[in-house]
Amino acid sequence: MTSAASSVHPGRAGGPAVPPASGRVGFGRLLLAEWTKIRSVRSTVWSLILLVVITLGFTGLLTWLTVLQWDKSDPTQRARIIADPVGTILGSGLEFGQLTICVLGVLVISGEYSTGVIRASLLAVPRRIPMLAAKATVFAAIVFVLGECVTFSSFFIGAAVLHSHAPVALGDSGVTRAVFGAGLYLTVLGLFAMSIGAIIRHSAGAITGVIAFVLVLAPLTQLIPGTIGKYIHAYLPSEAGQLIGQAHQQANQVLSPWQGFGVFCLWTAVLLGIAIWLLKSRDA
Amino acid sequence: MIEARDLTKRYGDKLAVDHLSFTVEPGRVTGFLGPNGAGKSTTMRLILGLDKPASGSAAINGKRYADLAQPLRTVGALLESRAMHTGRSAYNHLLFLAQTQGLPRSRVDDVIELVGLKEVAHKRTGGFSLGMTQRVGIAVAMLGDPEIFVLDEPVNGLDPEGILWIRNLMKQIASEGRTVFVSSHLMNEMAVTADHLIVIGKGKLIADCSTQEFIERSSEKSVLVRSPEVARLADLIAAEGGKPTARESADGQAGTLSVTGLDAARIGEIAAAQRIVLHELTPQLASLEEAYMELTADSLEYGVPAAGGPVPTGHGPAIEPAASTAQGGAE
Repeated sequence: MTSAASSVHPGRAGGPAVPPASGRVGFGRLLLAEWTKIRSVRSTVWSLILLVVITLGFTGLLTWLTVLQWDKSDPTQRARIIADPVGTILGSGLEFGQLTICVLGVLVISGEYSTGVIRASLLAVPRRIPMLAAKATVFAAIVFVLGECVTFSSFFIGAAVLHSHAPVALGDSGVTRAVFGAGLYLTVLGLFAMSIGAIIRHSAGAITGVIAFVLVLAPLTQLIPGTIGKYIHAYLPSEAGQLIGQAHQQANQVLSPWQGFGVFCLWTAVLLGIAIWLLKSRDA
Repeated sequence: MIEARDLTKRYGDKLAVDHLSFTVEPGRVTGFLGPNGAGKSTTMRLILGLDKPASGSAAINGKRYADLAQPLRTVGALLESRAMHTGRSAYNHLLFLAQTQGLPRSRVDDVIELVGLKEVAHKRTGGFSLGMTQRVGIAVAMLGDPEIFVLDEPVNGLDPEGILWIRNLMKQIASEGRTVFVSSHLMNEMAVTADHLIVIGKGKLIADCSTQEFIERSSEKSVLVRSPEVARLADLIAAEGGKPTARESADGQAGTLSVTGLDAARIGEIAAAQRIVLHELTPQLASLEEAYMELTADSLEYGVPAAGGPVPTGHGPAIEPAASTAQGGAE
């Protein structure tokens, strides 16, 4: 049955000896593995490039248009911009840039399901939760570092453009917190999207779900009349979370910036909890 | 060693795996055989902790899979062919798995070399043929140099050279005292690789025995007789209680009979007593494929309703090594 075509190796099948095992699968090893996973697919690189390009591009474009139409614009709008220039700057570019994090957050986990990699991953890490924890940690770290770079760059671009009409500096009250906080918002948004990706497991469905949460639900709840509508709107994950990106709580707002961020973290924690529970209990 | 104890898996109200118990011993290739949909893949996933059993348990060297400290160093598994990201290179797929187990990069290079994918290791696996993907899967299984191999339809999609390579690899691994548990829905493939067979149908255990025993136990033996006086001989055999069937001989010359119900010795005696010349008298084992068809006929998940027993293939020559193994077909 043997032939020249079949190259069975002399000695032990499987090649040279493997170094001895040392201890249980450690968390450090899992972080390294998740880093390898995330950096070795194009969707990561492209999403992150898009985050930078879209956020900085729209910040520049929208603040420039604001300045251009300054004299023609509505006085209340001008007053709002002067009252919170940092909120205006961060709100312009990140509103669009955040969508890349929504997509990437879903893909880092749903991509494993759609390709079948999840089975390889869970065979290597059968306890499952450490795998998700390592993935969340690595992804959050990447988004945090890049997110802070993007929000600070975005601020400096916007502040430079707006300078003549609504001057703002990092030293102004609440501004540094708002800019830094916007990076935190992106980080938690990434985990929020990842949790939904882990729950739904299908890329298209999960991305739709996250975007519905972030973009669609807010305008819808605004249609609900009265105080109930106002409160529901305020406690929506993205609405609450984005408060961290403004310098001060405004008169008509239910939550302060940190409270809003806390509400968003709570949403994310609950979804992550559901994701963990499902990961543990479902067949892979 | 792999042990399944009373393993049961339910999908809705359908039992995919029905109280399966078996042991896979080291030092031999154990074939896991059954028609498509018999529950082979599900059983393997239960053993590997990917799916949760409704009841029962599976143990690897006495432990649950999830309790293995560094599972890839104990068990090497090949599950469905495409368990990799199409946008990631084979090298990076192996690298991240190696990193989870604390294996060095050099080990990744070694297994890539071993499966012959050195030239394409850094290309995205999306462009790989089924055979190349299967080789990456084998590399993954070998990565941790494990004692136990669980391989689900490893020859699927491989060319004849690749099939031969896998067969010899499995045999060598088993000869080193390691455990090889390999599934297939192709009987002939198992006939040339497996020393031991675990056969299931509709999630139930049908047979757990050596390959040789499986063939002998489950097939009707026949004797091939060639003689110039075939008509006379047929009558005599029938008179003695045998069942002769006329058959077309390969060379189209002397008449040929396939006889069941009498053994070769008795047929020889009958012929000698009547001074009938015999040109051939060969005891035959039914082909493994027939034995398998016969056994699993009642348990086909999908297929034509049996119209009068096993498929009438005629009694061909004994164990036919695998002309049909390359046809593949996923579970």
